[in-house]
Amino acid sequence: MATAFSSIGVIQNPHCESRSVPSRKLYSAVLGSTQKFRFNPPSRSISGCSETLGKPSPIYAISEVFKEKKRKSASSSSGLLITKEEGLEVYEDMVLGRCFEDMCAQMYYRGKMFGFVHLYNGQEAVSTGFIKLLKKEDCVVSTYRDHVHALSKGIPAREVMSELFGKTTGCCRGQGGSMHMFSKEHNLIGGFAFIGEGIPVATGAAFTSKYRREALNETDCDHVTLAFFGDGTCNNGQFYECLNMAALWKLPIVFVVENNLWAIGMSHLRSTSDPEIWKKGPAFGMPGVHVDGMDVLKVREVPKEAIGRARRGEGPTLVECETYRFRGHSLADPDELRDPAEKARYAARDPIATLKKYMIDNNLANEVEFKAIDKKIDEIVEDSVEFADGSPQPSRSQLLENVFADPKGFGIGPDGRYRCADPKFTEGTAHV
Amino acid sequence: MAATFQGLGAAAALSLSGSFDPNRLHLPCRRSLSVTRLSFVVRLEERIVSGSNLPPRRAQQLVSKAVATKADAASASTASKPGHELLLFEALREGLEEEMDRDPQVCVMGEDVGHYGGSYKVTKGLADKFGDLRVLDTPIAENAFTGMGIGAAMTGLRPVVEGMNMGFLLLAFNQISNNCGMLHYTSGGQFKIPIVIRGPGGVGRQLGAEHSQRLESYFQSIPGIQMVACSTPYNAKGLMKAAIRSENPVILFEHVLLYNLKERIPDEEYVLNLEEAEMVRPGEHITILTYSRMRYHVMQAAKTLVNKGYDPEVIDIRSLKPFDLYTIGNSVKKTHRVLIVEECMRTGGIGASLTAAITENFHDYLDAPIMCLSSQDVPTPYAGTLENWTVVQPAQIVTAVEQLCQ
Repeated sequence: MATAFSSIGVIQNPHCESRSVPSRKLYSAVLGSTQKFRFNPPSRSISGCSETLGKPSPIYAISEVFKEKKRKSASSSSGLLITKEEGLEVYEDMVLGRCFEDMCAQMYYRGKMFGFVHLYNGQEAVSTGFIKLLKKEDCVVSTYRDHVHALSKGIPAREVMSELFGKTTGCCRGQGGSMHMFSKEHNLIGGFAFIGEGIPVATGAAFTSKYRREALNETDCDHVTLAFFGDGTCNNGQFYECLNMAALWKLPIVFVVENNLWAIGMSHLRSTSDPEIWKKGPAFGMPGVHVDGMDVLKVREVPKEAIGRARRGEGPTLVECETYRFRGHSLADPDELRDPAEKARYAARDPIATLKKYMIDNNLANEVEFKAIDKKIDEIVEDSVEFADGSPQPSRSQLLENVFADPKGFGIGPDGRYRCADPKFTEGTAHV
Repeated sequence: MAATFQGLGAAAALSLSGSFDPNRLHLPCRRSLSVTRLSFVVRLEERIVSGSNLPPRRAQQLVSKAVATKADAASASTASKPGHELLLFEALREGLEEEMDRDPQVCVMGEDVGHYGGSYKVTKGLADKFGDLRVLDTPIAENAFTGMGIGAAMTGLRPVVEGMNMGFLLLAFNQISNNCGMLHYTSGGQFKIPIVIRGPGGVGRQLGAEHSQRLESYFQSIPGIQMVACSTPYNAKGLMKAAIRSENPVILFEHVLLYNLKERIPDEEYVLNLEEAEMVRPGEHITILTYSRMRYHVMQAAKTLVNKGYDPEVIDIRSLKPFDLYTIGNSVKKTHRVLIVEECMRTGGIGASLTAAITENFHDYLDAPIMCLSSQDVPTPYAGTLENWTVVQPAQIVTAVEQLCQ
């Protein structure tokens, strides 16, 4: 099942030194699409971006460290990619994501939540692999497929489920919904419905981190921002504009592409002139990394370096995770377009099963421990549903709160009073 | 003090169709100044510059912290501090600089704001003083850097995003509408977005259709934002400071042709109220509501009207969203006739919304239908003659008043 791409992070250096590019298998094998793709050899010369940048970038470090680790792990005595504690933590987080999303599907079909709900089944390795390596102060920006990012970042399942049910105990008081998960406490800055519109916001959060360090002289501020988005977004202008700015100012951000090959019904190959997204990083002067997003152990290696780079002020990284969503684009998508053989291929690479197998094969844990975690997660998810069910719907008085941070923004009414001073305002019946 | 017009070049000059005598702009005030506890009243050589002659409102305690620090300004005479003269763009810069001095989280982002000093010189010298990070030269990517400003605002900074021309912000519409206006609500109140988006707009001197846009009409429906338009150096500085201090996202509309207006403004610090309108000339016969550059066309028409025996009340609404229905309402209740003069397009403009708001709230007080003079629904032509005919000229205002006051 592993392909030529699955284990090595391939880096291209804007320094224009390394000209040799590893040979590629045909895309059809890598990407699982049955479509034949006319192979375009990558261009030999990268424009002198490093000259204009004026600063050599030490991005060899990533591939070297990565390859070093691989070699080391093969030869060292323990040879393991993860410890037992970490492994169980990672397993638990992925199972939480999977179980939660499955419950979402059930609840949706029972009429507890409405609208557009986009599930993350199959992609858990990316969320867990990256977010579990962050500190609480680091920021995460996601898209509409954000439930599991929210859970990995630390938002309690109860609050996410309540938000999906539209209850006032949700993380956004029921005002955001499935596509707009936010948490100030856990630094989750969205949740965005339009693809690409979260990337500039993530760039802004990274800018704040740099500003704090350099303009406000908080020298220990090293917060990193992760921006998650999909393959379809990588054809959007906002993506490129932000790659440019992030590399230009060496912002502490990691751009994580969750390439699941499909944008609703549009195959990545049909919409993208050069489908190798990681290559677009070096074009802007940042390292581009490709990683097998179905294997959490491989995924984890990348943020260790990329986040470290960002913290040290060395700038952004573009990471392309080859992954797959087991369900349709949303719960309204009949998912008839994708080839069942392709789905089967990826189902066999289920990240949870893969991790479990690794840990059992290497005697890190046994079935009993996994079952215990499964049970614990089941209880958490069921509890979250009960909590959400039992929570109150928002009352009318909530309607007009939070439109403005300063409610004077509603203006002065005909009677000379600020509209927000009108008692009907707190009742939500005022005319604004 | 009278505002004088400084011609610094064809693009900058505000040209008026007739001869204009700046000394006549200053019209005597008809109201006695009541000493109130409204601390934002500043006597500027007997001209009332804000709606202070209205009875004190219950809401004053809400606004007091956004207002000038001198609580006893009314009694402290300004005669001992004559103030200083400057041009409108310098007033904007002064306001911005004061706020950047006061709060290190205030930063500026935009194209050519740093080393170039701003295409209209509003940020001149600031990069030297505050550094390249606090006055950030961005690449030409409006959507992305406006979004970046929003992300920075959500994480604790107070950015001022400059659109080199307001029209360029059309490229940032995704960010302004979806993120700037909505995220405070969508996040359940968790993240505030204290951003200021500013830039010059309006019809200039033969700049062509795309550089002559009036975006206030496009943005007005976005929930969660406030919009203000400045028209004099005094209110430019005051609104800039208020916008930066506001916790809400504020769009500050400047006008390309007004940057070189000169006025004497106070030395002491002052902050204006974002939600209030400005009484420019009290009167009895008719209420003329206007904003930005059209204020000057209205005032020029007012001279003619006064000579003809009319007594127009001119209000610069300043706050385009939300409307100050108190000042406007009081005026309507007094004069019973309303004329709106704006530079927006006829369709869906600020005037259209204002007409609706006045009709809804003050219908009983009207003796005549509301008349709205707006620009023609035409892409602004390059030719000077055609361009003049797309915007409202003083002669049309005079005719409209005569018609309404029959």
